[in-house]
Amino acid sequence: MIAIIDYKAGNLRSVENALKRLGAEYEVTSDPDRIRSASHVIMPGVGEASSAMQSLREEGLIDVIKSLTQPVLGICIGLQLMCRMSEEGNTPCLGIFSPSVRRFTEVPGVKIPHMGWNTITGLRGPLFEGIPDGSFVYYVHSFRPDLDESQTIAVTEYGADRYSGALCKGNFYGTQFHPEKSGPVGARILKNFIEL
Amino acid sequence: MLAKRIIPCLDVKNGQTVKGINFEGLKEIGDPVEMGAEYSAQGADELVYLDISASLEGRKTFTDLVRRISERIDIPFTVGGGISSFDEAARLLDAGADKITINSAAVYHPELIGQIASHYGSQFVVVAIDARTNGPEWQVMTHGGKKETDRELFSWAAEVQDRGAGEILFTSMDHDGTKNGYACEAYARMSSFLTIPVIASGGAGSIEHIEEVLTKGCADAALAASIFHYGEIKIEELKRRLLADGVNVRI
Repeated sequence: MIAIIDYKAGNLRSVENALKRLGAEYEVTSDPDRIRSASHVIMPGVGEASSAMQSLREEGLIDVIKSLTQPVLGICIGLQLMCRMSEEGNTPCLGIFSPSVRRFTEVPGVKIPHMGWNTITGLRGPLFEGIPDGSFVYYVHSFRPDLDESQTIAVTEYGADRYSGALCKGNFYGTQFHPEKSGPVGARILKNFIEL
Repeated sequence: MLAKRIIPCLDVKNGQTVKGINFEGLKEIGDPVEMGAEYSAQGADELVYLDISASLEGRKTFTDLVRRISERIDIPFTVGGGISSFDEAARLLDAGADKITINSAAVYHPELIGQIASHYGSQFVVVAIDARTNGPEWQVMTHGGKKETDRELFSWAAEVQDRGAGEILFTSMDHDGTKNGYACEAYARMSSFLTIPVIASGGAGSIEHIEEVLTKGCADAALAASIFHYGEIKIEELKRRLLADGVNVRI
């Protein structure tokens, strides 16, 4: 059973539907025991980082998430919350990943949010098995995680910035893009995750 | 590099995709979910579904349809058509829509843009603008282009951005339905001062038109309906041609 963490930070339906399409069994929960006993854990999320951290705190999930040993996937804000800190609301985050999350550099003619299909390169590890380098995935965000030599497993470029499109440390994975909205490429990435 | 987007638009009435035929009425042309899945398989980057049912019954059917679309479709989709309140937007989000588009309601109740954006994020709010030239000015129209307003296109677009819209979908009524190409100059002017993406709509008749609005017109995305519905342009072929001409698209 896959646990989708519900911490009242946005709509979880697209992630649910993506798992349904893969025929996976899942439940949406904020119960620490259910999360700890799940085979895989997905932390989605949209919204603002500091208030999302506050929601995690209120649900008593900070230590629960940090101590998980099964495969964990953070998506978008979910990934950002797993980083060291975020400039959005200037909040400390869970510190699972080393990079910090920063606002995109403002460059004339480069629109923020970064919204739409962009490529991922430098792909590494089992999450991207069968995914060709340079594949397009769907992004919607204004803040992005820095690069890290050992933890970055996908790189994306936008405007003046090169950043982590995905991160991995041990059993923890995160994608800044939305695999649940990235067509067949995204479906394969989610399938790779639930088969870990 | 961020890709330019190709977006088929589907008008939906009472649960069916419809297309107007020479002002003689509407013809049902297929199941919206199946058509969306087909476009997605052909390489569409996003889908837009507009509810043109005028009845309460049609509205309910549309919400159910949005739920079915989100179960099936694995690319982003926007829904709209007559959304006039925060609650309606919330209901469509809950049904699984990635974005909503508001048009007339944004003109008459501009605070609605900020209300929805502050709650669900700017990325959820696409403001659609219909406008036509009136002398030297572009005049904003509402109610499917039937009602005049005293708003001017470019100042309205700037205001919409300030109020929290995540994207602007501008349809030139001068060009819509003509198949003579998009209002390229207006899109280029819009893109020069906006910091949010602009979706071009109205006038697509050929691959060249789409290429022109994405390059000369500086639009971030091109939306079209009939040329896709009737297979006049295949999305695969369109994208191959764009890529060959140096336009960055997802293939």
